[in-house]
Amino acid sequence: MTVERIVSETKDPFPVGMRVLAVDDDPTCLLLLETLLRRCQYHVTTTSQAITALKMLRENKNMFDLVISDVHMPDMDGFKLLELVGLEMDLPVIMLSANGDTKLVMKGITHGACDYLLKPVRIEELKNIWQHVVRRKKFDRKDRNNSDSKDKPHADSGEAAGIGKADNNVKINKKRKDQNEDEDEDLDENGHDNDDPSAQKKPRVVWSVELHRKFVAAVNQLGIEKAVPKKILELMNVEKLTRENVASHLQKFRLYLKRISCVANQQANMAAAVGTADSSYLRMGSLNGLGNFHAFAGTDQLHNAAFRSFPPSGVLGRLNTPAGLGIRGLPSPGTIQLGHAQNSGHSSNDQSKLQSLVPGNHNTNILQGMPMSLELDQLQNNKGVTHIGELPTANSTAVFPVSGSLIDSRIAGFSNNSLGVTSNSLMLEGSSQQATLHASNLRDGVSSIGFQNVNTLSDFASIDPLSSQLRDSKADLQGQAAPINCNAGPMIRSVPQEWNAPYQSHLMSCSVNSSIPVNGAMVQLDQCLDRNNSIFHRTMDSDSIGPLNFVDPLSIEHSEGLNSAAMKPPVIEKEGYLMYQPRPHGNHIPDNIGSLEDLASAMMKQDRDKGNPTNGNFGHNSYSHRTCI
Amino acid sequence: MDVVNQLQRQFIDNSASLHREGFLDDQFTQLQKLQDENSPDFVVEVASLFFEDCEKLINNMSRALEQQQGVDFKQVDASVHQLKGSSSSIGAVRVKNICVAFRSFCEAQNREGCLRCLQQVTHEYSLLKNKLQTLFRLEKQILAAGGSIPGVE
Repeated sequence: MTVERIVSETKDPFPVGMRVLAVDDDPTCLLLLETLLRRCQYHVTTTSQAITALKMLRENKNMFDLVISDVHMPDMDGFKLLELVGLEMDLPVIMLSANGDTKLVMKGITHGACDYLLKPVRIEELKNIWQHVVRRKKFDRKDRNNSDSKDKPHADSGEAAGIGKADNNVKINKKRKDQNEDEDEDLDENGHDNDDPSAQKKPRVVWSVELHRKFVAAVNQLGIEKAVPKKILELMNVEKLTRENVASHLQKFRLYLKRISCVANQQANMAAAVGTADSSYLRMGSLNGLGNFHAFAGTDQLHNAAFRSFPPSGVLGRLNTPAGLGIRGLPSPGTIQLGHAQNSGHSSNDQSKLQSLVPGNHNTNILQGMPMSLELDQLQNNKGVTHIGELPTANSTAVFPVSGSLIDSRIAGFSNNSLGVTSNSLMLEGSSQQATLHASNLRDGVSSIGFQNVNTLSDFASIDPLSSQLRDSKADLQGQAAPINCNAGPMIRSVPQEWNAPYQSHLMSCSVNSSIPVNGAMVQLDQCLDRNNSIFHRTMDSDSIGPLNFVDPLSIEHSEGLNSAAMKPPVIEKEGYLMYQPRPHGNHIPDNIGSLEDLASAMMKQDRDKGNPTNGNFGHNSYSHRTCI
Repeated sequence: MDVVNQLQRQFIDNSASLHREGFLDDQFTQLQKLQDENSPDFVVEVASLFFEDCEKLINNMSRALEQQQGVDFKQVDASVHQLKGSSSSIGAVRVKNICVAFRSFCEAQNREGCLRCLQQVTHEYSLLKNKLQTLFRLEKQILAAGGSIPGVE
């Protein structure tokens, strides 16, 4: 809102001509208001009835830029109108009243009014109301962009355009935030590239399995860290695919990876620690980087506690759910507690759940964890780090690293790399190792993780088998867990190299925390699996991806892609860890798999659905990650 | 010329007294400033609306207050609130001030107090209406005589 705006009428006459809808049942005030507004050179429409106003607004959302409404009206309460307008049309609304009680003003603000004016209205005040329109446009755009990619410095490209004429666009965009997010993700990713404000809608690209496979392959080839949209695009060599599409997809993929790795970690931990903690585990913290995998606490106690203590990362909003599935993202190093996101309450459930992988956990914790594992895998794959293989200790160790990294992850690291979900397998593997934590948990976790990964990556395909394997492996894991822990630690460290240091630390911490540090990962896997929910929590972004979407961003589309990606299903045989087999499920991880159970079921479903390519949209794919069990 | 001057002088006097006696405040002046060639009768329009509204509201209030079964103070309050809004919009200070008192009586559910206020409001409104109508008449006459309306200040 600079003065120049007003001045530069040639380019953009705004705020001149701003379209205002004035609503007031008092004719005197209405006439006065209209006159004042006209004097400010706005385009004014008046009505004395709120219902009429709503009708007008609904008929054509783009007809107005701003609404001014009286508070006291006979046919409808002004606040109600305010709410409706805000919700439906997302227009700035200014309240007007003769009563300036603080309480009323507060009410107006809480209902979403962008300003509250007192009668009699002065023209000076009306002269500045255009600021609200501008502000909203700016923020809408920003929000939209930001939400996609945490903080994309997306400039005002959108905003500028949005202002004034593009009001509509902005508004529309805002409304379709979710939709656009996917599309606009590239904005976030490569803000510069996308100069157009979201106003410019590009046709959505559907990421088919095939496409995703190519994508993942490209990513793996480049290496998750080096995978930039441009290069990916080149490698993919698909017509009509723009860099923006790829960028957007990449972003999601990264998130997915993060999630799975987190989940995996968490699960492992959880499984270990809690055994049941399903939900918490998966909370593996929003993969986005929450890396709160505290959960690795491994032991049950840890599990619960871990999760509990795991402060839900903000990102994992979902994870944060009370269930607190700890596994919120891999906890920062040292806190690997099983990330039991779920703190309290769930922990017990989780524990049991873990095993069943069908944790009720809420959100995606599990899912989150899963992705992590996947990510790890990815990492590993990409980097060739198959640490898994390297893990000296039995498969489990190998698994660990994967999971460890995943879990630790703060998966933030991972996801960013979007290593391809292929790491699913890795994750799973890792988790399985970790599973020793709770043997049972692990199993579950692993399976869950596997699921998750699979789900998201749609590679999870093997989740089902994993679960069973995990179960079995659990026992194995247990035995192995011990050794794994040790190994895992270091292994994990190595694993994360790709992803991020955090992973390593996490891994380490995982082990530290619980005896099963690595297990934690496994656990997480379990948890993840269980937690389908949490893991899939795609973290944070949640935009359309629902919590379970681990894979959301990535998986959904990647389903096949992932498989092909480097994810080599490692360890699968062993414990069925995350069998990384990329399941074609299309990550059906239901978006909000409230609990691991959901996740698990989602996963299971995925298994069943193998072959169902994930829907091309990241959106809520129903990751049926449910429980890998 | 003389007639015009005379009218103008009268106009000024009337305006001044309205302000001085607290019938009108600065808001009315703002309204007058808003009047221009695009809306030459703006002030008259707004005032007319106000009078209509006022009468309607006063009727509502007296009806509500006359209810023997039980006065719906909420309804009375709503009307008072609206009257307060419109009177402040036009700058009718006295009316507005009474409304303020009126509202507290409503909140206290004091029927007597409300009735008293209603009476006062009615009185003030009538006074204001007369004075404004005189003013408007003067305006018309001045304009008809070819003169211009002197600024209030």
